[in-house]
Amino acid sequence: MKILVIVEQRLGKWNSTSFETLVAAAQIAAQTSGNIAAVVIGKGVAQLAEELAGKNVAEVLLVEHDLLENYTADGYCAALAQVVESATPDLVLFPHTYQVRDFAPKLAAILGKGMIGDCIGFRKEAEQLVFIRQMFQGKTAADVTFVGAAPWFASFQSGAFRADLLEAHAGGKAPVNPVKVELKPSDLRTKPLDLFKEAKASVDLTQAPLIVAIGRGIKAPENIAQAEAVAKALGGEIAASRPICDEGWLPMERQIGSSGQTVAPKLYLALGISGAIQHVVGMKGARTIVAVNKDQNAPIFEIADYGLVADIFEVMPALTEELQKNNG
Amino acid sequence: MNIIVCIKQVPAKDAPLSIAGNWIKESDIGFEMNEPDRYALEEALRLKEKHGGEVIVLSLGPERVKQTIKEALAKGADRAIHVADDRFADLDPLGAAKVLAAAMSKEKCDLVLTGLQSDDHGFGQTGVLLAALLNLPHATIIMQIEVENGKMKLKRELEAGWFQHIECPLPAVLSVQSGINKVRYATLKGIMAAKKKEINTVSREALGVSLEPTQRIERIYVPSKTKKTEFLTGTPKDMAAKLVEKLKFEARVI
Repeated sequence: MKILVIVEQRLGKWNSTSFETLVAAAQIAAQTSGNIAAVVIGKGVAQLAEELAGKNVAEVLLVEHDLLENYTADGYCAALAQVVESATPDLVLFPHTYQVRDFAPKLAAILGKGMIGDCIGFRKEAEQLVFIRQMFQGKTAADVTFVGAAPWFASFQSGAFRADLLEAHAGGKAPVNPVKVELKPSDLRTKPLDLFKEAKASVDLTQAPLIVAIGRGIKAPENIAQAEAVAKALGGEIAASRPICDEGWLPMERQIGSSGQTVAPKLYLALGISGAIQHVVGMKGARTIVAVNKDQNAPIFEIADYGLVADIFEVMPALTEELQKNNG
Repeated sequence: MNIIVCIKQVPAKDAPLSIAGNWIKESDIGFEMNEPDRYALEEALRLKEKHGGEVIVLSLGPERVKQTIKEALAKGADRAIHVADDRFADLDPLGAAKVLAAAMSKEKCDLVLTGLQSDDHGFGQTGVLLAALLNLPHATIIMQIEVENGKMKLKRELEAGWFQHIECPLPAVLSVQSGINKVRYATLKGIMAAKKKEINTVSREALGVSLEPTQRIERIYVPSKTKKTEFLTGTPKDMAAKLVEKLKFEARVI
């Protein structure tokens, strides 16, 4: 099986999920006696292509154009459609980043194909590749297969594969082959402007060893004080899942998940958090995870070391008291 | 400015799910408007209040979907299109987008809005695919929309706290990020007014879109656990005391 992996860079810096996708591709290639071509797209990215050539890939395709300097969905779709048509792969893989969500389904549709997005794994069954993705906010998984002829398009969720398993190229270096693409300014209907961060954060959750995180289960902003009391007794920072920050109950800088911070503290105490995928990707690296939730089927328990099936409003005051006792 | 908002009805957040083939048993559970779509609807209503025009909601699904459509009308949408399809669960993202694109083909609209993704299938592709099928520019994960001189200035959310402004012409398709605004509740007056609003129902077959999926959900299942969870039991006080013990002496994190 011939596999194209579209890797991602912005301003000359890798999006590290790209390497996880290369590992996924290597595992698929191993089971289908296939080979991998990695595609680097942008302007002035030859150096990145050279770096990639040292990895376990058969070749690196270097797609450069003045109009690809800054990402636009139109530019990427037009260029990559040409690359896919000339390279004739069976499978085109992407890291499931925000950028990929923005253009990859369109790229597939331009070529008359569908895309299985946000996969967490795959397996080979008979002669068919089965892709595994989550549904219902992580409460269920689904086996999904492609119907119809190649090329097939799929993306893998951040954290689904381990980037450190990516091997070096056995022969030293893979060839870097430039691919010429035709683009004209009128192809690009949107115009990217400034990149920016909001006001400087007052807290760096990525450095916090102990985190108490609240979710929808907290119900109302006036209840947050109870969670803050737990955090204070623990000596930790308060954080939240997206809905809490969307409501404005806590500032955005305290949001954990795909659109917020990714943290790996010693302890992550999840209070009333169901464990939707978008949240879990931001905290599953925590050393110890404690989940308190009324619903014993909440997906958060799948990754928890300790589980308390209980009402957080009963647990929070009790836990604050026990922690204070422990502090002496 | 005429705006079409695509909304989906999904199982209620706390609904206990039991799996049936490639979908779930619908009989015992409640349904609600997909959360990200509520933000898209709110944004459409705000744009209408500012720039005039009409807000049309478009929803695909079985008869039950009408309930969610009525909610959108009560909040202030002007009229609705319901594409009736009992086999909606067999549609893949591209198929669903083809149905929606066909349903809006007779409408003159300046902007199509969708939520970022659905809380059931979670494909997150509808907006982008609509743009491909309608040959319109698009942008996703939108946190702010400003319309001026026939074009839009948008604020897009990127990863890890980054944002980007982009300029986008009209007409276009936008996928709206949750949290872009504060959604309103329907008023009693709105609920009364909604009763007189038009819901135009068409079938998928009448739109001429057949089921030709590019992907198939073979089965749905409860994922097997990868981590062994130790459940602590007893009264809340017992559980809290046990947890502190465990964190101190077993996990050694406090």
